Amino acid sequence: MTSIAKPPVRHPSLRQNSLGLTLRDYEGVMSTLCAGCGHDSVTAALVQAAWELELEPHRAAKMSGIGCSSKTTAYFMKQSHGFNSVHGRMPSVTTGANAANRSLTYIGISGDGDSLSIGIGQMAHAIRRNVNMLYVIENNGVYGLTKGQFSASADVGSTSKRGEANEQAPIDPALLALSIGATFVARSFSGDKKQLVPILKAGLAHRGLALIDVISPCVTFNDHEGSTKSYRYTREHEVEAVHADYAPVHAEITLPESGDHLRVVQMHDGSSVRLRSTAADYDPTDRASAYAHVRACQARGEIATGLLFVDGGSRDMHDLLKTPPTPLIDLPHERLCPGAAALDALMARYR
Amino acid sequence: MNGVNDFAFKIGTVNGTGSASANGLLMQAIFRMGIPVSGKNIFPSNIQGLPTWYEIRVSKDGYTARPSEVDLVVALNPATYSKDVATVRPGGFLLYDSSWPLPKELERDGITILGIPFGRLCVESFEGDRERTLLRNIAYAGALTALLGIDEEVVDTLLNQTYGRKPKLLESNHTAIRLGRDYATQHCPCPLPFHLEKMAATGDSILMDGNTACALGAVYAGATVGAWYPITPATSLMEAFKAFCEKYRVDKETGDRNYAILQAEDELAAAGIVIGAGWAGARAFTNTSGPGISLMQEFLGLAYYTDIPAVFFDIQRCGPATGMPTRTQQADLLSLAYASHGDTKHPILFPANPHEAFEMAVQAFDLADRLQTPVFVATDLDIGMNDWMVKRLTWDDAYRPDRGKVLDAAALEKVKKFSRYLDVDGDGIAARTLPGVGGKGAYFVRGSGHDKHAGYTEDSDAYREVVDRLRRKFAHAATIVPKPACTLREGADVGLITIGGCDAAVSEAADKLQAQDVVVDVMRIRAFPFGDEVREFCEAYDTVFVIEQNRDGQLRSMLAIELGIPRDEMIPVLDYGGMPLTARVVVDAVSGHLAGVPA
Ligand SMILES: Cc1ncc(C[n+]2csc(CCOP(=O)(O)OP(=O)(O)O)c2C)c(N)n1
Ligand code: SF4
Ligand SMILES: [Mg+2]
Repeated sequence: MTSIAKPPVRHPSLRQNSLGLTLRDYEGVMSTLCAGCGHDSVTAALVQAAWELELEPHRAAKMSGIGCSSKTTAYFMKQSHGFNSVHGRMPSVTTGANAANRSLTYIGISGDGDSLSIGIGQMAHAIRRNVNMLYVIENNGVYGLTKGQFSASADVGSTSKRGEANEQAPIDPALLALSIGATFVARSFSGDKKQLVPILKAGLAHRGLALIDVISPCVTFNDHEGSTKSYRYTREHEVEAVHADYAPVHAEITLPESGDHLRVVQMHDGSSVRLRSTAADYDPTDRASAYAHVRACQARGEIATGLLFVDGGSRDMHDLLKTPPTPLIDLPHERLCPGAAALDALMARYR
Repeated sequence: MNGVNDFAFKIGTVNGTGSASANGLLMQAIFRMGIPVSGKNIFPSNIQGLPTWYEIRVSKDGYTARPSEVDLVVALNPATYSKDVATVRPGGFLLYDSSWPLPKELERDGITILGIPFGRLCVESFEGDRERTLLRNIAYAGALTALLGIDEEVVDTLLNQTYGRKPKLLESNHTAIRLGRDYATQHCPCPLPFHLEKMAATGDSILMDGNTACALGAVYAGATVGAWYPITPATSLMEAFKAFCEKYRVDKETGDRNYAILQAEDELAAAGIVIGAGWAGARAFTNTSGPGISLMQEFLGLAYYTDIPAVFFDIQRCGPATGMPTRTQQADLLSLAYASHGDTKHPILFPANPHEAFEMAVQAFDLADRLQTPVFVATDLDIGMNDWMVKRLTWDDAYRPDRGKVLDAAALEKVKKFSRYLDVDGDGIAARTLPGVGGKGAYFVRGSGHDKHAGYTEDSDAYREVVDRLRRKFAHAATIVPKPACTLREGADVGLITIGGCDAAVSEAADKLQAQDVVVDVMRIRAFPFGDEVREFCEAYDTVFVIEQNRDGQLRSMLAIELGIPRDEMIPVLDYGGMPLTARVVVDAVSGHLAGVPA
């Protein structure tokens, strides 16, 4: 069996974006995940976000590690190059690809096992380098693909399908990212497309690494009573910090219906994100209060979602490397090779 | 040895005291006198306070291998006196710091002991402990100029060039040279029976280490992405790359850097970065040593299975584990050749010296692109970090990178369907596209089972089709990698096979054996996979020796595995103590075996 043929399902909306592409054009091959898997909802949200953003599919590159979550890069944007690499190493592969060709939009998809256990070092260092990429963690508290072992994001007291309770403290990727200088940190829920789509769009527009932790229940191994990453638990415990509406520069910017506590965060590419805080004093541009907010929610047994932190003026890896605006792969050999005369002159130093 | 322009001397000091500049000065001065010279730095894995030696060999015949014997030892480290005095050849000389009375350990019959009070001279002439310590080194260099007949003018010019902009330092260095030189002239039998006389044999040569040469190769080949994690003896390669990029790759007007150097969090990430960059279309490389290669295994398999180019420099050191990190070995051969799980094989280039390292570094990028696979350049600590006298490097401006089969947008227009892993030409190499190209060019890289269209598969036949193509590609690689270098002699009936930096000692040994009426042909393997020439050589002699620097005869095993030559029919000559190979080891092993002495 090679890849599964796509059944001819008509999409409800076949509206075209300004590139003349419909949502269907942003889809990939048929998903092979379990029916109802949260990851498929994230994929659908990504399709929506890319379509709305009018990303040219061939100018995007989809990057992932290994896991059910990492498989999903095959399930959207089939006209983009994709790289399903090795377990936990998506960040380094993306770092290299981005170093070579900065002109593409890098969409990194990972899992909680992929990013918080085997790949935690790579994730941390990609954040530190501020690689310009979207970094989505499809977080289900388990290793789905290896059949339900606890991951490092499983909460204390949550039980596995077999009833075993986790006793180790979880790693919260949002807190980790905030503490090591991430320039964009958000959290959402696979079952909340209304919140997730604008956050994905904001993340895609961010210059630098945009980390989005998406609670994405594993219906096969972790969507039962006792699991803190289940649909029910998440719906009941979610606290939205800041609602993000993404406004592309070339579209008319309209004010949201309710204008209370509106903040407009300017993105590096000229576009802006409009944030509506639920809490009156929530400031998504202040790292310390973002951290405190996530901790406070945690203490109350709540999950802070929304756009938690953004530094709109951050310098990405290329700014730090001082590389030219032209992608390195497009520099002609003559500009890279010093030539025979230079070598000849250099030889004097070795005599 | 031991005549005019044919001898070796060795200086024993403590590391971290600044002896490197004195040793470099001596090497360079001899080189500028037109006399072939080579130096081996034998240093500890530590920053300060442990024994370190520097061996300098002068050879009018141009031999560059580590000397088989030492004519003069300069013993300046009391901690190693007994070891140092034992290394002097019978009839040779030992020079020590006679500021203190001759210690008992240094007494030995059959050699001449010379004393110069370097410490006292420096205390009398200079202020401050630091300056005295540093200049004691220059003072012994001064004494050696007198003992060995090093041209004063050459030394003065070198000092002027080095310290020209620091008049105070220049002055004290000149003074220190004079101190040593004058004392030696007045109190020692100058020059010694073995000494230097000007020649004109280095005009076309340079003194360069292999890491510098590899870095330069990467610059000239057009590499733009370098990722690494610091490790001796590979570190100086990326440092050199950085320095050359700062010199040649910074846009004069904008200040933009036309390169990206990423110091990764570990070697896994370094491998991931170069693979990501290679996939995206850059020429990318990493430099590491054995422990790093171990960490890169999974990624190497991924790149092999998904046809991604990247260059990996392995500067081998003494393993296993941390081993002796500042000593040399060739013990990564098997782990490079078959790196990673599953059926994997990788091309490797084996330069013998820095000159070839430069050329092979460039070739490695071309081969990686052409073959769409990781290519190793395997040197070792001796080649990588020691200054070798080699022919000066040259460049042909007509060179253009061979980027292999890459379909751009225009080329994609002309194909009906793009299938990433479809072998159209029969060489096992399928055309690739770079991300961003658009049109039909998109494909999905996966380390999991894929068919020739890059689609996911768990079907046996579709899987086999891809891995069988990879086998064909590897067979094709054998026809395009560098051929072995063979030195054939009239009437030879013994074959010596060797690899990499052993070349210098083996070539010298072949000459010495001939003087003993043992006539040998030499084949130096320059690449893996082995081409037909390698098999032909192996099969052409009744007696074949395989000379390499590891314990288990890894090259011999590879010849047996790949060519089916019975392993026991090849006689191993193994030198794995961590020091560069000497001709004597080879001569003794070969003539011993031929005379029936068991190894
Ligand atoms: C080096 C390595 N070790 C182990 C595995 C097995 N493995 C595959 S996926 C996975 C865990 C995936 O968990 P997560 O990233 O949370 O993804 P999910 O399936 O839950 O979406 C593991 C351990 C592997 N592929 N590679
Ligand atoms: S095992 Fe869990 S994570 Fe994997 S596809 Fe099924 S539901 Fe999704
Ligand atoms: Mg998971």
